[in-house]
Amino acid sequence: MDVRANQGSMLKLILLSILVPALNVGLHFSIFLFFRSSDLPPVLNALLAVIWGIFGIYSIYFSLNWVVEQYSDKWKERVIPYVFVGPAVLLLGWLLFLPTLRTLYLSFFNADSTRFVGLANFGAVFTDRLLLTALRNNLLWVVFGTLACVILGMLVAVLADRSSFERLAKAIVFMPMAISFVAAGVIWKFIYYYQPGDDQIGLLNAIMVQLGLQPQGWLSMVQPWNNLFLIVILVWMQTGFAMVIFSASIKGIPEDMLEAARMDGAGEVRIFFKIMLPVISSTVLAVTTTIIVFTLKIFDVVMIMTGGQYGTEVVATEFYRQLFMYQNAGYGSTLAIVLLIAVIPVIILNLRQLQKEGSF
Amino acid sequence: MAKRKNKAPKRKANWLVNTILAIICIIWFIPTLGLLISSVRPAADILQTGWWTVFPHRQWATEEQVKLPKDTDLRQPITVNGQTFSDDQLKSGVMQGDKRLVWENRRSRTVDVQDKKWSGFTLDFTTLNYETVLGGKQYKITQPDGTVKTEQGSGMGRSFWNTIAVVIPSTVIPIFIASFAAYAFAWLKFKGRRVFFVIVIALLVVPLQVALIPILRDYTALGLNGTYFGIWLAHTAFGLPLITYFMYNSISQLPRDLFESAYMDGATNFTIFSKLILPLSVPALASISIFQFLWVWNDYLVSLIFLGSQPEVQVLSMNIANMVGSRGSDWHLLTAAAFVSMLTPLAVFFALQKYFVRGLLGGSIKG
Repeated sequence: MDVRANQGSMLKLILLSILVPALNVGLHFSIFLFFRSSDLPPVLNALLAVIWGIFGIYSIYFSLNWVVEQYSDKWKERVIPYVFVGPAVLLLGWLLFLPTLRTLYLSFFNADSTRFVGLANFGAVFTDRLLLTALRNNLLWVVFGTLACVILGMLVAVLADRSSFERLAKAIVFMPMAISFVAAGVIWKFIYYYQPGDDQIGLLNAIMVQLGLQPQGWLSMVQPWNNLFLIVILVWMQTGFAMVIFSASIKGIPEDMLEAARMDGAGEVRIFFKIMLPVISSTVLAVTTTIIVFTLKIFDVVMIMTGGQYGTEVVATEFYRQLFMYQNAGYGSTLAIVLLIAVIPVIILNLRQLQKEGSF
Repeated sequence: MAKRKNKAPKRKANWLVNTILAIICIIWFIPTLGLLISSVRPAADILQTGWWTVFPHRQWATEEQVKLPKDTDLRQPITVNGQTFSDDQLKSGVMQGDKRLVWENRRSRTVDVQDKKWSGFTLDFTTLNYETVLGGKQYKITQPDGTVKTEQGSGMGRSFWNTIAVVIPSTVIPIFIASFAAYAFAWLKFKGRRVFFVIVIALLVVPLQVALIPILRDYTALGLNGTYFGIWLAHTAFGLPLITYFMYNSISQLPRDLFESAYMDGATNFTIFSKLILPLSVPALASISIFQFLWVWNDYLVSLIFLGSQPEVQVLSMNIANMVGSRGSDWHLLTAAAFVSMLTPLAVFFALQKYFVRGLLGGSIKG
């Protein structure tokens, strides 16, 4: 009798475990279909989409958890972690991990992915003049962009910490973070704008004229320096990110530690290099990593400001062009893989650091 | 702002520190100021003079005009007020004492005598740029039969709401998924925990370009291109590694006994997560939300590829990018549009700034 009751509840559990996820899929798929063909006014459409997104994700977790709660205690313990981690792992697997492998695979094929070409694409990437320029420019972005962001961010964080207008200064430096690259492009066109003659509406050229110098076509004629003028835009936007995180970690340094050093007569510069910097070194690594990765995939600034002309193309813009204008999936994939190879050392460095900190 | 832990009085600010910082701040602020001023100037002004001319400054103003004899030979030295100049000098302007001489009109042989004068606060304030950008530009089209038809172009309203529909779920969903995962990684034991976690960290630095082609193929096969759902998934996946890492740092540092007793009382992991972990992580959640919100709001590449540019789903950044591309000379519209697109993220940032700093301090970043 007992066995049959057990079997009955087992059957019920298995049915539930299949039915509830299936119901979720069915429900959200029909909502998806509704949205794809809806003619609602934009405001209502947006509102409903937001509600669907937020309650949808909650209902999925809630219902899956409810199913697992019906299991016996032993199974509950075993299954629940996978309910919690599952969606993240599935999404990352589908949209980041597998695509990386598939892109690697595509990079060994020709333009329309029909013929295996071995390493020919890689050979081409490293000999094609245009692509070589893109690689060189990306190197410029990584080196100068990252260095400037980290150093300036640190400088502002340290200075603001002991200035009399900390909040205002931080808000001003952080503000460009809230501006899109596209809007920033518009802003900076007013700074680099060039026209021949003495009447300039671009700030930089107006200053040149005031100083009695010739106005310059900053983004077109001054090569290869024009890349640096583009990098300045990134620095303007990303220094705030570095600053905020450095600032938080500097404030985490125990004050007595710094006081003790001051008692011993150490100067502020010495304190910074000998005490502060070592203490926050892991934060510096984290921020540097983030900005390196960010500059490696830089796209918007170049696309908006020059469209990759005048020798300012970077890997991402070249990638976009190869893929969507020349329909060359082989070249495009190869470029993406080159980017990936470039960041491998950064991954290793970060994993080592995590291990050292004993995060796991 | 965050108080120092031991409440030590702030050390007296140094004038040198203040000066350097002030200079940096001014440099940082100038580009945005330029945009703001430009966006309220009439279209013609923007094209003719720099935005800084609205501030008081000295500029050349014509005091009097000298009419030279009609038969003056331009190839010979030209005598004006007793001094001789060449034609080229007069073309670009030449100094005579503290006055400047420049051709007004070469054919009628008129020379301007100019003096430096103060001029300023010449801002000819207009809200027309904003009205056009928000309500749509009016095009006058002359039809074959000669009548003029006025058509209202699309404003930014539609793409503003599209952006909202993209951004809010794209911020909430990944943070929700990542927090669940971070909780499991930090406090639950299961097979493959280490492997999965290492993969998540490794994916942190995968440039998203690597994933674009395969995802695009899947999306085309599944019909997800150009849908809200598709772009939510894309933003979620691209944001997940960093958010999981960030939330892991924050959640793993909560004291264990806090929820151990709850667990003893029979609370399920789901209850502990939603009733204890989430409320305790509010500062961390707020700060990562700001970042994710800003990134998604300002994103251009992901929406360009997965949404395409159909007006039904177009987002703000694409709207402006198209303006740059198709009517690059409409500076007045571009400036206003750029400013409109900045307002929401700026408002969110200033509203949540308080939580933001606290969140970064709350053990989420290890010093």
